[in-house]
Amino acid sequence: MASSPSHDLNRVRAAARADTEVNFGFWAYLMSDVVLFSMLFLAYVNLSQRYAGGPTPGEIFSLHGVFLETMALLASSLTFGLAMVSLHQGKKNHIIGWLLATFVLGAFFLWHEVSEFVHIIHEGASFDRSGFLSAYFGLVGTHGAHVFFGMIWLLTMVAQVALRGLTPAIGSRLARLSLFWHFLDLVWICVFSTVYLPGLIQGGSA
Amino acid sequence: MSHSDDATPGHAPTAGAYITGYLLALVLTLIPFGAVYYEAFSSGVMLLVIAVTAILQLCVHLRFFLHLDMSQEQRWNTISVLFSVFTIFVMVGGTLWLFYSLYARHMMVGY
Repeated sequence: MASSPSHDLNRVRAAARADTEVNFGFWAYLMSDVVLFSMLFLAYVNLSQRYAGGPTPGEIFSLHGVFLETMALLASSLTFGLAMVSLHQGKKNHIIGWLLATFVLGAFFLWHEVSEFVHIIHEGASFDRSGFLSAYFGLVGTHGAHVFFGMIWLLTMVAQVALRGLTPAIGSRLARLSLFWHFLDLVWICVFSTVYLPGLIQGGSA
Repeated sequence: MSHSDDATPGHAPTAGAYITGYLLALVLTLIPFGAVYYEAFSSGVMLLVIAVTAILQLCVHLRFFLHLDMSQEQRWNTISVLFSVFTIFVMVGGTLWLFYSLYARHMMVGY
């Protein structure tokens, strides 16, 4: 008869801290992912002007589209943060609400990105057209794949919180998903600052 | 069974901190997008603006969203970030140096 609700909540809070051993292990994974992304960025920088007679960044990028994607992903970082605040307050329904808001913003981002890809490919500029496009699809596609798996993870956690409530294990998982999701936004800052904005300057069609 | 378990109050994330981080990040996003949209500067200055705001925004995210600092709890996370940055610096910096030097030696157009 030991555990009062507030005691349970303290155990959830403790499990959600970033300095537990499991969360450090996940952090180490994220750092390895940072290195992977940095190599994709490197490939992009080296190939970004190898057009092989194909389209240039200014011809296929849209500042408007990238801006919407950026706003959606940044807002989703805020909504996930608010989900973690709700976790520390023990408000189960708030957590589910903020996680679903994060999911919707992620879906908006991914939908925009995929339609951008489809549009570019329809213009005959697929990943096999030039070195620039190979590097572009490789880098941005890898980030998009991360967002996709993050969204599956989000739905899984919504279901777990809804069905099992706030347990220390679920608090711990949410802390790792939080790291993952904020990390994706970090990578996106590098994507729009390396790929889209410089590309749109060079293209002169900004 | 006391309530003393580990959750120190000072550690709890607050909505205010997230909103502060969000607003800072928003401003640091609007500056480069606005500069490109309005073609505010020459392209060299523009690239500098994009790079500086990106680095500042990365710091904002690390501080306000990932709660990274040099406190005792976060030290190992921060050290692993610094190690990764060093690794990336060696690999990316070294490769760029090598490739651009190669381009220069082959006198390839565009570089």
